Amino acid sequence: MEKPALFGQTLSEIQSIVAELGLKPYVAKQLTEWLYQKHARSFAEMTNLSLSVRQILDEKFRLGKSEPSRVQASSDGTKKYLFPAGSRGFIEAAYIPDEDRATLCVSSQVGCKMGCLFCMTGKQGFQAQLSAGEILNQISSLPERENLTNIVYMGMGEPLDNLLQVMKSLEILSANWGYGMSPRRITVSTIGLVPAMKHFLEHSEAHLAVSMHSPFHDERRKLMPIENVYPIADVVEKIRAYNLGKQRRISFEYIMFKGVNDSPRHVKEIARLLNGMRVRINLIRFHPIPDTPLESSDDDTIRQFREGLLKKGFRTTLRASRGQDIFAACGLLSTKELVKLQAPDF
Amino acid sequence: MDIGLSGFIKKLPLVSLPVIENLQISPGAFVLTVERISDFLPGQVVALSTDDKIAPRLYSICSAPDNEYLQVLFSLKPDGELTPLLARLKPGDTLRVSAPFGAFLGDDRPAWWIAAGTGVAPYRAMMLAGLAHNKKLIHGGRFANQFYFQDEFLDCLGESYIRCCSQETGDGLFSGRLTQWLREQVLPSEISFFLCGSVEMVVETRDILISKGVDIDNIMSEVYF
Repeated sequence: MEKPALFGQTLSEIQSIVAELGLKPYVAKQLTEWLYQKHARSFAEMTNLSLSVRQILDEKFRLGKSEPSRVQASSDGTKKYLFPAGSRGFIEAAYIPDEDRATLCVSSQVGCKMGCLFCMTGKQGFQAQLSAGEILNQISSLPERENLTNIVYMGMGEPLDNLLQVMKSLEILSANWGYGMSPRRITVSTIGLVPAMKHFLEHSEAHLAVSMHSPFHDERRKLMPIENVYPIADVVEKIRAYNLGKQRRISFEYIMFKGVNDSPRHVKEIARLLNGMRVRINLIRFHPIPDTPLESSDDDTIRQFREGLLKKGFRTTLRASRGQDIFAACGLLSTKELVKLQAPDF
Repeated sequence: MDIGLSGFIKKLPLVSLPVIENLQISPGAFVLTVERISDFLPGQVVALSTDDKIAPRLYSICSAPDNEYLQVLFSLKPDGELTPLLARLKPGDTLRVSAPFGAFLGDDRPAWWIAAGTGVAPYRAMMLAGLAHNKKLIHGGRFANQFYFQDEFLDCLGESYIRCCSQETGDGLFSGRLTQWLREQVLPSEISFFLCGSVEMVVETRDILISKGVDIDNIMSEVYF
């Protein structure tokens, strides 16, 4: 059986481990410094720990970091990294450099359970939850780690369907004993898992991005089965009831599908649904995937849609498509070809 | 162990109800019965747990809306957190149950109901609500003992009840996966297709339907979240 990983444990968890091993309490702080601030990749590097302590740790634990096994580079500078996720498959992370910032889009699950009609990750089904360490490893083992300004949980999987591990990773990212990153530089996306979203809003300071894609119940549930359980109107109502303060950003993601969700009627309904809320709307071009009847709206329609929302008073942006040539753009991440075939239940 | 979405349905108010019956209807599959204290629509779900320390999960109701009891079908996941506890429940034990909710609802229009495994549960509720007269049910399972409620479906649907068995052969069974059966069919136009099961089944089936010309407006999906 594989030894448990130390990387991805919170300070309090490491304090418990240190106590159980009978080590001095200050070793916990030394360990978090090596893991999250000095970026150690082996126990041998932890030179302010005695040799005997390092041997004890090495006997009981593995460090838990792994290098990317493949990288693809886009003509626009985007890079897509493939990371192993133990014996359960692979995940992808997209590094997106820009003029004044560099964003890493991290995965939270191997595959996804949500089954959205427009998403390539959903095509591979669900294989496994990632641990906090496996989520953070995408950051820690990134060659461009020092350049990163922003982290977005928008890669493979539904982050709030892996709430415990995502929350742990957020704690480690933002804690002074961890990476010390401002939560205002972190965005977590969700398709609107209401109970988990409430937990996230109450226990994290990171930004939230909600995948809307249609303001109409009957239309959205054909695109996103989750609408049957947690309708977008309930999602918005829950967010509206929460005091978000001035610094925290809530955005609604909206992929533009030709002839499906790109009409003035949709602008009007979005405005009605979000009336009075201080939110941002991100329009996204649809990046076609196999076996889908959906197409992207044309540029003129997207422009008119954006102008319509701006006139209604909503800050509305059009997200640039990055890394499309290496299948790193929104909705295209997938490791389906690397999934070990499991016997289906049907 | 999956510690996902259903692990945090904490804000759904759950009420304690005594278990009336916990019947194993097939190896590893159980029908759990409690008193019905709320109205529901066929196709809706409830969140269940055994106590406040165990994360609730969602289950489709499989009983009739006018029945005095409420039933759910579940399969035992030996390494899961909740189903081993559910499987051990005895009459008189306490079950924590949410109010019914959800919008995967049956109606009177002609449709094909497609399910894998315990995904057949909402269709039983729809059938018992009298919505089966213009429906065809295609049910996929690995083994012949996984066609839950097959006697009831056979009685009600007759030849419109298709059992696709991927790992065994047997009388009245289509030998192969339900996706294979679907690929071999000429699909009727102007009807709805309801899909309920794992994301793998829903995604693959949806792709097949779309490739055969079914409009996405006519496809309704319920995934085991």
